[in-house]
Amino acid sequence: MSPAAWTVASIRRALEAKTISARELTKEFYARISLENPRLNCYLALSPERAYARADAIDENFRRGESLPVLAGVPVAIKDVLSTRGTTTTAGSRILENYVPPYDCTVVERLETAGAIILGKTNCDEFAMGSSNENSAYGPVLNPAAPDRVPGGSSGGSAAAVAANLAVAALGTDTGGSIRQPGALCGVPAMMPTYGRVSRYGLIAFASSLDRIGPFAQTTEDVARVLQVIAGRDPMDATSAGAPVPDYLPASNQPVKGLRLGIPKEYYGEGIDPQVRKKTEAAIERFNRLGCQPVEIRMPHTAYAVPVYYLIATAEASSNLARFDGVRYGLRVNGANLSEMYRKTRGTGFGSEVKRRIMLGTYALSAGYYEAYYLKAQKVRSLIARDFAEAFKKADVVLTPTSPVPAFKLGERTADPLTMYLADIFTVPGSLAGVTAISVPCGKTAEGLPVGLQIYGPHFGESRVLQLARAFEAAGGFAG
Amino acid sequence: MKITREDVLRVAELANLELTEAERETYGHQLESILSYCEKLNELDTSGVEPMAQVLTGSQTEAPELREDVARDAAIIEDVLRIAPDPSPPYFRVPKVIDR
Repeated sequence: MSPAAWTVASIRRALEAKTISARELTKEFYARISLENPRLNCYLALSPERAYARADAIDENFRRGESLPVLAGVPVAIKDVLSTRGTTTTAGSRILENYVPPYDCTVVERLETAGAIILGKTNCDEFAMGSSNENSAYGPVLNPAAPDRVPGGSSGGSAAAVAANLAVAALGTDTGGSIRQPGALCGVPAMMPTYGRVSRYGLIAFASSLDRIGPFAQTTEDVARVLQVIAGRDPMDATSAGAPVPDYLPASNQPVKGLRLGIPKEYYGEGIDPQVRKKTEAAIERFNRLGCQPVEIRMPHTAYAVPVYYLIATAEASSNLARFDGVRYGLRVNGANLSEMYRKTRGTGFGSEVKRRIMLGTYALSAGYYEAYYLKAQKVRSLIARDFAEAFKKADVVLTPTSPVPAFKLGERTADPLTMYLADIFTVPGSLAGVTAISVPCGKTAEGLPVGLQIYGPHFGESRVLQLARAFEAAGGFAG
Repeated sequence: MKITREDVLRVAELANLELTEAERETYGHQLESILSYCEKLNELDTSGVEPMAQVLTGSQTEAPELREDVARDAAIIEDVLRIAPDPSPPYFRVPKVIDR
C-alpha cells in the first residue's frame, strides 16, 4: 500500500472535513486511470457518467445535512463478469464484445446504495477461466509489482487496479482461486466468502456450485467493510444463504491469542517455490509470537483437488455457457440454418481456453463417461469437504500458501494447460468445500514479487478469518 | 485414456462448437493429457461415498421461505431487444430451423 492510498475511513474523514468532495475524489481516480491504464490494462470499460452522477448525489445530500452512507465516495472497480446496467459487460470474451446489460447485479446495487462509486469494469480471463489473465480477449493485465509478469487470474484486473491504486476496493469472482491467487500475486488482501454468503444475481455464471463474489482492498479493514455491504440473503438468488450477517469489523478486532492454526503437511510438500515456503513459514512464526497455537493436521485428499475441480467446473461451465448461442445477445455469425448458426457463433466467439473447457466438460458429462469422470469427481469432492470438516475440529483456521509460486512471466505457462491448472493447487480445495478464505500479503521475494498467505476458515467463518488477517496486518505481517 | 478423432468430433457436435482442423488436433491431444491426469482419482476407493450434490447442508443455509413465484414486469423488453443480434419486436429472429 503506497502512503498516498485512500481507505474507506480516510475518505470518510476527508469528506466530513470537506477537504475533498466525492466528485473531486472520483476525478482524481479517473485522472490516474487515464495515466496508468494504457500500460496496465486493468480496466476494459469506464462509467464516468454514472460515477459522477453518484458522486454528485453524495455531495449534494451531505451538503443538505444528511449523514454519509458507509461507503460514501469510495471508488470501486467491478470485474467484467458482473452485470452493470448501461455499461458494457464482456466477461473478457469476444462473444459479448458489445453486450450492454439491461440490469445491475445485486452486489453493484448494494455497493451503490451504500455510497460507493463504480468507476468501471475490470479485465479478466475469458468467462473467469484462467490463472494469469492471459485468456482475456482484450489483452493481458500487467502486474503492477513487475510489468513483465502476470497479475494472476482470473480477477487480474481487479487485483491490479487495487494494487496500482486505481481503485480503493474492487470486486472479483472466485471459482477455483480467481480472487485469492491474483490477490497474492499482486500483493493485496483478497477474500473468497463462504458459498452462498454473497448473492450472485447478475453474475455471468461459470460453475454454479463453486462461483463466489468477493472483495479486494488495500487493508483487511476495508475488505471487511465491503463484505459487510455485499453479504446476505437476496430473494433474487435462491442459492444465497439466510444465515445472519455478523458485524464483521468489531468481530475482527478480537484478540487472537490462543487461537489454533491448522498447518496441513500436504500444503508444504514439493512443488512449492522455496521463497514462498520461507515467507509462509515466517508468517506462521509471527502468529506464534501473537500467541496462536500451531497444530499439525492432515488433509489427505488435497492432491486430488485439481482433477476434481477441472472435471466439475468444466462440466458446469459446458452447461452454463450453452446460453451463448447468438439468439438473444452478443455475437451472431450467420449460418444456413439454426444449428449451423449456433456452431459458427460459438466457434468464432469463444477463445481457445473456453472452448477447451467446454469440450472437457461436455466429454465428462457425455453418455458412457459420466460415471467414470463427473460422478467420481463428485464423490472425491465429498472427501475433500470432509478433510476441511475434520481440520476445523482441531483448528480454528488453516494456514497455507495461496499460490505455490509468485507471479510468473507473461507467456511462460500458456503452452501447456495442465501446468497452468496446477497454479490453483492450494486454492481449489477450499472452493470445492465451500469454505471461506482470505489471501493476505506476507512479504516479497528477493526479486520484489509479492507472496500471499491463505487463511482458510469454516463455513460462515468470515469473522474469524478477518480477525487473524487483521492481527497479522497490525503486527506488520504484510511487509514480511 | 485415448481420445480419437471421432471422440473430438462427437463432443464438438454435442457442444455446438465449430472447430478448425488445427483445433481438433490440439484439443484431442490436450483432452487426452488432462483426462489421463484426472485418472489419478481412481487411486481412491469411493465405494460408499456419497457424491457431493449440495455445498451447504440444511442447517447451514438457514434459507428463509422461498419467495412467492409472482411475475413482475421488469419493463426491460425494449432494452433486451435492442441488444439482440436480429430483433423483430416482440421476437428474436433466427435462421430457418427445419430444412425441407
